Amino acid sequence: MKNEWPLWEIFIRGQHGLSHRHVGSLHAPDAEMAVKNARDVYTRRNEGVSIWVVEAKHIAASAPSEKGPLFEPSESKIYRHPTFYDIPDEVGHM
Amino acid sequence: MYAQMIKTASNGIKPREEMSEEERAFQDKIDNDIKIEPRDWMPEDYRRTLIRQIGQHAHSEVVGQLPEGNWITRAPTLERKAILLAKVQDEAGHGLYLYSAAETLGVSRDELIELLHEGKMKYSSIFNYPTLNWADIGAVGWLVDGAAIVNQVALQRTSYGPYSRAMIRICKEESFHARQGYDAIRAMAFGTPEQKRQAQDALNRLWFPALMMFGPSDAESTHSEQSMAWKIKVKSNDELRQQFVDQTIPQIEYLKLDLPDPNIKWNEERGHYDFSEPDWPEFFNVIKGNGPCNVDRMKDRVAAWDDGEWVRDGLLAHARKKAARKVAAE
Repeated sequence: MKNEWPLWEIFIRGQHGLSHRHVGSLHAPDAEMAVKNARDVYTRRNEGVSIWVVEAKHIAASAPSEKGPLFEPSESKIYRHPTFYDIPDEVGHM
Repeated sequence: MYAQMIKTASNGIKPREEMSEEERAFQDKIDNDIKIEPRDWMPEDYRRTLIRQIGQHAHSEVVGQLPEGNWITRAPTLERKAILLAKVQDEAGHGLYLYSAAETLGVSRDELIELLHEGKMKYSSIFNYPTLNWADIGAVGWLVDGAAIVNQVALQRTSYGPYSRAMIRICKEESFHARQGYDAIRAMAFGTPEQKRQAQDALNRLWFPALMMFGPSDAESTHSEQSMAWKIKVKSNDELRQQFVDQTIPQIEYLKLDLPDPNIKWNEERGHYDFSEPDWPEFFNVIKGNGPCNVDRMKDRVAAWDDGEWVRDGLLAHARKKAARKVAAE
């Protein structure tokens, strides 16, 4: 059996009130060590208040080749943005 | 620069009309500064060149811990010791970010480490020079990390997304490295006559090795053209070297140290400093393995890897046992 430690993806919450954000990856034998290593590697300068670790093989992702069908339809739907609508000046801030 | 003499895995630039449809679409993305991401289509030579460059860069971060680690126990004050320890720890982190970026290209970290230990991959020539005294530690932070920053700031715009993101993260931390080095050498340059002499000696010895970090002159860098077209490299070796010289001379003058090269002179016409080329035969000799510390560095790296094997295996065996027990309980 190959003795390479599995790869973990690391997510850090920078401050209370923000969501966890992907910051990078690292190798660790198990989840507990992944959290410890993430603390040493990714929070040395006050970067975080919470850590999530996920083994990389468990992440499912959209395929780059599906970028068009997945994301292009929203490009033409400009009416989904508030700036699409003219509000008369008389009405004031809305 | 932490990656020197990277051999581009291709035979010159392919003219557009000879490119396949995929290759054309790929080059268009590069030309429009759209980042390439791990699962995007990429030419095999682009992938291989990146593995070489990012891998060498990662190895440099890790081997770079050795000359500085040499002085942790002998730092002159507790504060300097804590600072140096934090810097060396950062270098391990930088190695990790870069190995992770390389791993998105389908090579594992252990494979890269194996290639280094077998002598099939290299690290920056600079780490084959010794750190003889405390002044050298200051000079390494100031000059070596200073040179690395010049290179790495440019590489933040490199075309491969994970490499670019690693560079952005590293640059944030690297500026602490250069500043602590300058602070340490400044204390010596303005200290006793003996301290000043040591600061001058460190500058004199490390100046040209620092200039070599950017790799051979553009005229001799036969591999650069394709790497520039792919934006794996963003600026040429000579451009980066000039930028480093221009920013460092005023820092030397502030310290009231003598310039390490009699040919350093402001060139009004060019708007840059003129300076002497490093000793290139020496550079090629160090790259070939004949520098003052090549043998020791590799011996130390291989020993650290071999001596740590039982810990790596033990932790993994424990993790597997725990996982199996959990499955059995369910």
